[in-house]
Amino acid sequence: MKKSILAAAGATALAAALGGPVLADPPFDPKDPKFAAYISGDKRSGYTFAEPETRGMQDDDFTNPGFLWVEKGQKLWSKADGSANKACQDCHGKAEDNMKGVGASYPRYDVRAQKVVNLEQRINMCRVDHMGAPEWKYESDPLLSMTTFVRHQSKGMPVTVQVDGPAAPYFEAGRRFYYERRGLNDLACKHCHEDLWGMHMRTELLSQGQANGFPTYRLKWQKLGSLHRRLAGCNEEIRAEPYPLGSPEYTNLELFLAWRAQGLTVETPAVRK
Amino acid sequence: MLTPITRVALAAALAVAVAGPTAAAPRKKAPERGYYDVTRMAPLTDQKGDPVKGRDLVVKKGLCLSCHQMPIPEEADHGDVGPTLDEVGSRLQPAELRLRIVDPKIINPDTPMPSFYKKELHRVAKKYEGQTILTAQEVEDVVAYLATLK
Ligand code: HEC
Ligand code: HEC
Repeated sequence: MKKSILAAAGATALAAALGGPVLADPPFDPKDPKFAAYISGDKRSGYTFAEPETRGMQDDDFTNPGFLWVEKGQKLWSKADGSANKACQDCHGKAEDNMKGVGASYPRYDVRAQKVVNLEQRINMCRVDHMGAPEWKYESDPLLSMTTFVRHQSKGMPVTVQVDGPAAPYFEAGRRFYYERRGLNDLACKHCHEDLWGMHMRTELLSQGQANGFPTYRLKWQKLGSLHRRLAGCNEEIRAEPYPLGSPEYTNLELFLAWRAQGLTVETPAVRK
Repeated sequence: MLTPITRVALAAALAVAVAGPTAAAPRKKAPERGYYDVTRMAPLTDQKGDPVKGRDLVVKKGLCLSCHQMPIPEEADHGDVGPTLDEVGSRLQPAELRLRIVDPKIINPDTPMPSFYKKELHRVAKKYEGQTILTAQEVEDVVAYLATLK
C-alpha cells in the first residue's frame, strides 16, 4: 500500500483529536531538513521513527557503539590469515577507496557461485577461495565486524541493487516471502511494515522495517547484529518458525528489502532500540 | 480512532492496492456465499461463555490490546491498529463477534488480525504446531466479554 508520509501524520493527529490512545511518538517533521537524508519519497528510514536519544547515538561516531565493530573490522582488513597467508588488503588495497559503494550493491548475483549472495557470504567466499581460510560463522564477531566495516565504506550512498537478469528469481522469492502470511499470528512482513507503519502495537511504534542501516547496533541486544538476526526476531514475534541465519530464504528476502529501500542511503552502523 | 466504516473502506482500498502489479500473492477467490452465513458461527461449545474469564483472556492470552483500545484502564498502552472495542457489543451480535475471532479473514482477507481458532496456518513455530491461539471455550469466553461492551 502506498501511504504518504503526510497522510500518516494526519491519521495520528486525527486519532488524537477523536480521543483515541495518545502515545507520544518521537518527534518527526518531514519538512525538517535534518531528516532529509533519511527520507526518499514515501520511504522513511527507521532513523526517523527512533527516539531522539537513539538518533543522537547514531549521529556521533564517538558515541555510536557500532563503531567498535567498524574498528575491529578495520584491524581484520589488514590481518593475514589462512593457508595463502593473505589479508583482504593484499587483494583489495585501501578499503576506503576500493570498497566504496560495494556494500550498497549487495545482495548481488555472483557469477561463480551462480546464486545471489549477501555481503557476509561474499566475504566468506573470499576467505575460502582466496585466503585458504575457514568461513566465519554467521553472526560471529569477526564476520559482523568485517561486514560492518565494508558496508560502512558506503555510508551515505544510495542503496542500489540489481533485481533483473539472473537475480530475478531470487528477487521474486524474496518478494513472495515478504507478502506471505506465516506463524500462529498469521501475519506477513507487509502487514506491519507496509500497511501499519506509523501505528502502534501496544508501546511499539511500527516503522517501515527498512534494512538500510544493517548491521545495526540494537540497544535491546546490547550488541551489533545482522539483518538476518532481526528477520528471525520478527518471525519469532509472530510465532513463526524462523529460518537459519544465512539461509537462502533470508538472503532472498534481504535482496527484496534492499530493493525496497532503494533511494534511502546506507547508514551502517545504525543504532536502534 | 478510525471508525469501522473508514477501516473497511481502507481495507478495500488496500485489497485493490495489494492485488496490483507489486503483489506476489494472487487475489483470493471470493468464498461461497454460504460461508458468510452467521449460523455457521453458532457457539463452539455447549457451555456458556464466561465474561470474567473473557476479560482476562483479551489481556493475556489473546493479546487483543496489542491492536485494540478496550475499556481496561488498569492496562497501559492499548494499540491502535484495529478499531476501538469500547462499544463493540452494541455494534455486533455474538455470532458476528465469534466469526471475527475465529477467522477474521473470512470478512477481510487482508486483515492483520490473527485467526484465533484456525489450524491450517503456514510455518507455525514448532512449539505451537497444531495449536490454536484460543481454545473453543476460550473463544466463547471472549465473545461473552465483548458482548458486555455496550
Ligand atoms: C507483528 C508485527 C511485525 C511483523 C509481522 C514483522 N515485523 Fe519487522 N519489526 C516489528 C517491530 C515492532 C520492529 C521494531 C520497531 C520498528 O522498527 O518497526 C521491527 C523492525 C524491523 C526491522 C528493523 C528496522 C530498522 O530500522 O532497523 C526490519 C528490517 C524488519 N522489521 C523487517 C521485517 C520483515 C522482513 C518481516 C517479515 C519477515 C517483518 N519485519 C515482520 C514488527 C513486525
Ligand atoms: C494484529 C492486530 C490485531 C489483533 C492482535 C486483534 N485484532 Fe481485532 N481487529 C484488527 C483490525 C485491523 C480490525 C479491523 C477490521 C479488519 O481489518 O479485519 C479488527 C476488528 C475486530 C473486531 C470487529 C470490530 C468492529 O467494530 O467491526 C472485533 C470484534 C475484534 N477485532 C476483536 C478482537 C479480539 C477479541 C482480539 C483478541 C482476542 C483481537 N481483535 C485481536 C486487528 C487486530
